[in-house]
Amino acid sequence: MHALLFWILAALAIIASVLVVGQRNPMYSVLLLIASFGALSGLYVILGSPFVATIQIIIYAGAIMVLFLFVVMLLNVPTEDPATGYHARLLGGAGPRRFGAVLSILLAIELGWAVTTKVQPTMFPSGEARAQMTVYDIGLKLFRDYSFAFEATSVLILVAMVGAIILARRERS
Amino acid sequence: MPAFITPELIAHLVIIVAVFFALQISAAVLVYMERKVAAFVQQRYGPYLVGPRGLLQPLADILKLIMKEELRPKAADTILFYIAPVLSATAAFAAFSVVPFGADADFSTLARITGITWLTGWTGLSQPIHLAAADVDVGVLVIFAITSMGVYGVVLAGWASNSKYSLLGGLRSSAQMISYELAYGMSFAAVILMANSLSIREIVDQQQGYWFGFIPKWYGIFPQFFAFLIFMIAGVAETNRAPFDFPEAEQELVAGYHTEYSSMSFALFFLAEYINMVTVSAVATDLFLGGWHGPFLPVYLGWIWFFVKVFLILFFYIWMRWTLPRYRYDQLMEFGWKWLLPAAVVNLLVTAGLVIYFHIGA
Repeated sequence: MHALLFWILAALAIIASVLVVGQRNPMYSVLLLIASFGALSGLYVILGSPFVATIQIIIYAGAIMVLFLFVVMLLNVPTEDPATGYHARLLGGAGPRRFGAVLSILLAIELGWAVTTKVQPTMFPSGEARAQMTVYDIGLKLFRDYSFAFEATSVLILVAMVGAIILARRERS
Repeated sequence: MPAFITPELIAHLVIIVAVFFALQISAAVLVYMERKVAAFVQQRYGPYLVGPRGLLQPLADILKLIMKEELRPKAADTILFYIAPVLSATAAFAAFSVVPFGADADFSTLARITGITWLTGWTGLSQPIHLAAADVDVGVLVIFAITSMGVYGVVLAGWASNSKYSLLGGLRSSAQMISYELAYGMSFAAVILMANSLSIREIVDQQQGYWFGFIPKWYGIFPQFFAFLIFMIAGVAETNRAPFDFPEAEQELVAGYHTEYSSMSFALFFLAEYINMVTVSAVATDLFLGGWHGPFLPVYLGWIWFFVKVFLILFFYIWMRWTLPRYRYDQLMEFGWKWLLPAAVVNLLVTAGLVIYFHIGA
């Protein structure tokens, strides 16, 4: 029963993710990405962490994707045009292609490692395993054990935000 | 009888079906209530022809909507145009599923209510069942997550209709919901800090008892009065009701995001709006007004208190809609970002400080 749930959600996540890049209407891409996040959130529930599942929905599907949708709606492009001209030449050149090849090989190796490593997660864990995934423990991990990484990430996001504002601001001349 | 059909399963199914129909009936009652209150505010009679005192008016409304033709603009995106209202209504129903509306019950409760004494001794249930369609540990967050999904119905309706008024309505709604969701979430967080729990049932149970013997220990009275105020304001904005009804501002946008909808797909939006109102009122009751705790009634009749409180908040909602004019759009944004959000942050910080200082809930 749990295995069936897992396979349904996993298939949903993968199909939706493939379709995000597989079709050309940006509006549908955004919606399919939300569907993929929903499936991921379901997987977190199966792993016994409802907190992470709801946070996944609140932050990714509820906040970030609304912004994406907002932008896509404002641009109102029916389909994504294939890149032409300077940018197409830039991206299609030998250098970027080699770089892309290296990246995909790395990804394939990582995937292979992840699949062959024998980690058996328990579905719907109870008792000890479940108690380790409470909000309290996640909070302790984030703000004590990994507090440096956490703070560094927030500074990084702030920098990106300031950068976006500077790029978007028009100079008064 | 197969082994998996236990008394617990039957009890849960009964509650789920009851919540589903109660929500729809409450939407119908609210339509009637809204018209009558509006008429009272504007010194009119309101509906009075259909049935005694116009009580059957919601039924007539539904019949009218069913009989209407389902229209779709030629340039609309077919799939999204039909999915949008379904998304709205689904999110509205789903959000209520984690809201508890009464103290835990078993068959002895039923026996006391109905007066059937032989039920008292029946031990069909191994433990009392929770009066909620789903009792989730992180209920507060689930409500927040599902409400934030509700915006997609509105936004997609605006985009898929391929009409300028709809698009503007959809854009406004997404901007408004993002702006007010922050303050909304912060007011939740202050209560979560006070109660030291994400379970709505536990939050309600911490609000038992009285200050000085007569003021109920509800978070909305003390110490979270400001959070309650912020929650109510942001809640009105979240449900797109006047004075924050910009996504459908009639004078500017015809009918906003549902301009192009007719018949049952319009009815779904209508239903979603009223159910969202009920959900926000129910959450306000549970988090800030002590849920099913109240004087005079025994605990097993606590759900009556719950319904009374929800009804009062809903009345307040409708009263506000017909009393206050709509804000200007820039005023709405300014208020949300420059006043409501800072106020919510300050409230959260003060709460956090007090929780640490007085060791509340530790």
